[in-house]
Amino acid sequence: MKFTTMTSATAAMIVSAGAASAACGIESGSVRILSNDFAALHAVADFAAKCESDGVEVTRNATEEHKSIQVPALTIDPATYTVAVIATNSIVPLLNNNLIRPLDDYIAEYGEQLQPSQLIKVGGETMAIAFMANAQHLVYREDLLAENDIAVPTDYDELLAAAETLRANGVMEYPIASNFMPGWNIAAEFVNAYLSTGADFFEPGTAELAIQNEHGMEVLETLKAMTEYMNPEWVTYDSNSVLPIYEAGDIAFSITWGSRAGAYLDEEGPAPAIAANSGVAAALAVGDSDIPGAALWWDGFTIASNISDEDAEASFQAMMNGVSPEMMAEHPTEAVWLIEGYEPTEAAEGVIANLQGGARPYPMLPYMGLLHTALGDNLTEYLQGDESAEQALADVAAAYETAAREAGFLN
Amino acid sequence: MPHKTFLAFIWPSLFAMILFIAIPIVSVGFQSLYVEHEQIMIEAENCGPFGCNSEVRVDREAMEQLREEQPAGRFHGLGTYTNPSHLAIDDIREIVATSENFGEIRNRIMNLPFYKALIFTLAYTFIVTPLVIVLGFIIAVVVNSIPNVLKGPVIFFSLLPMIVTPLVGSLVLFWMINSRGILGAALQSIFGDPTLSLTASPALTWVTLFVYGVWHSAPFAFVVFYAGLQTVPRDTLESAMVDGANRLERIRFVVIPYLLPLATFIGLMQLMDNFRIFEPIIGFSAAASATSLSYLIYNDLRLSDTPLFGSAAATSMLTIVGVLILLTPVLRRNWREFNRKPS
Repeated sequence: MKFTTMTSATAAMIVSAGAASAACGIESGSVRILSNDFAALHAVADFAAKCESDGVEVTRNATEEHKSIQVPALTIDPATYTVAVIATNSIVPLLNNNLIRPLDDYIAEYGEQLQPSQLIKVGGETMAIAFMANAQHLVYREDLLAENDIAVPTDYDELLAAAETLRANGVMEYPIASNFMPGWNIAAEFVNAYLSTGADFFEPGTAELAIQNEHGMEVLETLKAMTEYMNPEWVTYDSNSVLPIYEAGDIAFSITWGSRAGAYLDEEGPAPAIAANSGVAAALAVGDSDIPGAALWWDGFTIASNISDEDAEASFQAMMNGVSPEMMAEHPTEAVWLIEGYEPTEAAEGVIANLQGGARPYPMLPYMGLLHTALGDNLTEYLQGDESAEQALADVAAAYETAAREAGFLN
Repeated sequence: MPHKTFLAFIWPSLFAMILFIAIPIVSVGFQSLYVEHEQIMIEAENCGPFGCNSEVRVDREAMEQLREEQPAGRFHGLGTYTNPSHLAIDDIREIVATSENFGEIRNRIMNLPFYKALIFTLAYTFIVTPLVIVLGFIIAVVVNSIPNVLKGPVIFFSLLPMIVTPLVGSLVLFWMINSRGILGAALQSIFGDPTLSLTASPALTWVTLFVYGVWHSAPFAFVVFYAGLQTVPRDTLESAMVDGANRLERIRFVVIPYLLPLATFIGLMQLMDNFRIFEPIIGFSAAASATSLSYLIYNDLRLSDTPLFGSAAATSMLTIVGVLILLTPVLRRNWREFNRKPS
């Protein structure tokens, strides 16, 4: 019996692989993919690699350093990579430096499978194809909440009240964990919560910062209140360090990425009992707002400008196979796919709830990265109680303005 | 040695130094005087999976033309050096003018990113360097006096901290001092304080980094001193014994004066190394409490979506100036010793 199942599975794989390479229809060319390093992107690159044949070469480099190498690698002619897999923020340097080409012609010819929502349009031209969405959300322990008669929190006030109940009932002293490590992580938490207030980061149409207001203060106070219910080691918390703490049963609430939810709910992982008792929900709102406090991100791919048209065409066709519904059928839980025919799994509920709750996208502004860095460097002292919230916001503004002047966005 | 022979031997090294050290430094210095072109922005309709909105973007064609005309960017002179992210001249003037007492001036200056990093860098340099020299010397003396059979293994184990790559060494220690790690948990139970965390409090983070620095660098000092100990003249030591000097007195009056030039050498190397402290800050995730000049450069270049080359270049030049200032006393001392010797 087991033998039969295996043979039929193998047969199905061979058939689908055969069908895939026939579907690519590329005659010749070189496809060189640069991407970040996580499971969903591996799945995409694997399927793109199935287009390999005598005249078609497919190579890939999946690295967490992709952001640092993409600009130099695509600047040279011919570029080292023909495809750069990017996200909401990492497309910006490629756009600013004119390193990626418009895709409209290729879409007309080879992009039948694409949905209109997958096209990332900048000023009327399609510059990237999105294939998955990501956002932070809440992961919670269903059993602990039920035992202590707590409803699933929908905003930060409810989360703090729930944490207080758990502490008062002697369940745990520090029930919350969120990615508060200084640098990119804490800045992402600020951005998430600030988006929930409905306010914008900049004066419309300019690079003038607009966070030194009551919304900025409210967000900072919310984050500070959370540190009360987090282990003092929150200064070292990022996605990688929080998951094992959750799996050890030390926390009841983890605010984490949608792309990580699969690992939290994995009943074949290191902590099956805890995974079985875990649930995901939308990100938390700040104050009276009902917008989930999470920036929506997309991951997609772009095609380099400094390559031959033949390679560009081959790359687009190979990536069409990479983001095909067949790929999704084999990897339904790896991500919240934006591909046609996607049916959300349990791990996707949090991100879907964010989308339905009207969460806002991460701003695709050329100077957003500078603000993100300034936030990452200047919030920790306030959260550790060494300075006031006003001072922290003033430090952020000073750091941002200095960087924005140097980068030519402000005068 | 005739000058000609000297030149013949030195030129490959000199050539490599000019090519790989001097020219890059000049180019970094040049870069630090420039900033990016003013960005030409246009309003554009951006659409994606989460809807459309009107956002500004950089006008790519216009920027390309600007960059072609002036590839280095806009000339900014020393503006980058004096801006709030570096020497912050204007901010300091304002702080001095508006603060009420010295404590407030100190606190407000310490809040400026460059000075915050500089203070930690200097503290690290001046605390770790002497400790490394003293500890390295003690280890060398102890190892020198143990039986020959044990010497090999002991020397090997004493060298381990230096053999381990700094980033790996600091990561291993970081996991051990985590409150779930063996050292962190042990400390909590010894002091009976479940909230004690070496990684959470700024002061303890500094101490952890200092201890790590000494642990990592002491073997270097040990090796140099140990080699030096093998050359201490036997007859001087024996005559000291005849004079009735005990072990400590022999070390105090014979060994230490003999090894002093080596201490200068170790001091020189350690001052340079410690001033560039970087990997432990990453390994210990310590950036919340401790930043160094090298960390600022890394931050400008790597942690931002848009690298700030001018800012990083300016910090690099300031670091070089800092190293030169630190080394001047030691180098002057060496120079005098060199001149004193009969040529």
